[in-house]
Amino acid sequence: MTADLAAQAALTVRGLRVRRGGRPVLHGLDFTVPRGSVTGLLGPSGSGKTTVMRCVVGVQANVSGTVRVLGIPAGTPALRRRIGYVTQAPSVYGDLTVGDNVRYFAALRGSGAAAVGTVLGDVGLTDRSGSLVRNLSGGQQARVSLACALLGPPEVLVLDEPTVGLDPVLRRDLWALFGELAGRGTTLLVSSHVMDEAGHCERLLLLRSGRLVADDTPGVLRQRTGTEDLAEAFLRLVERTDPSPVVTGTDHRWEA
Amino acid sequence: MLATAWRVLRQLGHDPRTVVMLMVAPCVLLTLFRYVFDASPQVFDRVGLPMLGIFPLIVMFLVTSVAMVRERTSGTLERLLTTPMGKLDLLAGYALAFGAVALVQASVASAVALGPLGLDVAGGVGTVLVLAVINALLGMALGLFLSAFATTEFQAVQFMPAFLLPQVLLCGLLTPRDQMVGWLHGISDVMPLSYAVDALNGAGSSATVSGEMVRNGLIVAGCALLALAAGAATLRRRSG
Repeated sequence: MTADLAAQAALTVRGLRVRRGGRPVLHGLDFTVPRGSVTGLLGPSGSGKTTVMRCVVGVQANVSGTVRVLGIPAGTPALRRRIGYVTQAPSVYGDLTVGDNVRYFAALRGSGAAAVGTVLGDVGLTDRSGSLVRNLSGGQQARVSLACALLGPPEVLVLDEPTVGLDPVLRRDLWALFGELAGRGTTLLVSSHVMDEAGHCERLLLLRSGRLVADDTPGVLRQRTGTEDLAEAFLRLVERTDPSPVVTGTDHRWEA
Repeated sequence: MLATAWRVLRQLGHDPRTVVMLMVAPCVLLTLFRYVFDASPQVFDRVGLPMLGIFPLIVMFLVTSVAMVRERTSGTLERLLTTPMGKLDLLAGYALAFGAVALVQASVASAVALGPLGLDVAGGVGTVLVLAVINALLGMALGLFLSAFATTEFQAVQFMPAFLLPQVLLCGLLTPRDQMVGWLHGISDVMPLSYAVDALNGAGSSATVSGEMVRNGLIVAGCALLALAAGAATLRRRSG
């Protein structure tokens, strides 16, 4: 990879607006996500996180504005090989075993048998390969779904609430895995509605009611809001920006 | 395509009760028909053969429409459409898997009908099996297309009486089509199952494959392709 390519952003979003059922749900978002990083997309339930992710993956309809992934418009067929997407509900086959699920998605992506073992190890399910997915717990099913997205391996991973319902040890392990993947050059966009996970991210996008209220590193966010607690920082940001419209455009900084 | 066919078959394999029902139910129904009309064996001779084509149609319609509604509601369809796999690969995978199941089902049902039940088929079992598989693919394609209009499995199952039973009533199984009143005959002329039953009846009465049978078989296959194309159009990569 040339230095030029490495410097190029993994995601470039400009003026992103989405309408669902005639109602606007995203009101013009602008942000970029650098390559090889973990970016957190945080906000309360219903703030538009999933819609943003669907736009990046290219499955959302009624989109205006530009979304470029690895320099190519989102939804371009060539990107399907380069993106992994995990939806909030585990989208795997309950009536297949863990191994069958992963092998099927490996076949679709053209990954070999070795990759199947690797991703099962990554999510800690090597010993459950022969279990039917419907007999697993919710957290295990979520990890099967994640394993299927790690095949490739993809250059961009879009993960919608991957740590919901997991015990603290697993959550820590998964965040460690995300960091490791980013270290290998993968770009991760991870959503969460739990603010205490924000500290694991290199950059944070805070979303509220379809508008970005912050786009910064956790450190800068703490500094600007004068609190160490990121949940508290988010509250303070919201108080500052409400009820007047939130700043849009390329600069999401607020008055300190 | 092969990966998808294999995956669909593995899913069925984890559901042995469904597999047993698929294989046993047609045989039981054929046996019932045979003995309900024990006093007038010519009735079984007339309806037995069309039933060998109607079973795969109905069964594959139900199986496919429920499977597709599940793919849509579980999010796996959306996930598949974000992978490099083409839509045609998915459809062909389903067609291959369910076509194979239909072949086994029709073989078992034909063996029972032509053996112990004594159904007389002049054209031989090979022709019957080919027509049964074409019917299964028609059922699969119709199920795939109509599943796009069902948001729950309940709705998908209701499409069977709504779309298939009229075809079964008018296909010539109960009354020969040329004895129907004009408007019913007209309606039966535009229903694919009528041609499937005509072709099967042809196989029952003639030892050779006639041009008319080939034409009827091709009409059914054409309808299956049409429904498959319509079904492919309902697989949208982008949704609201």
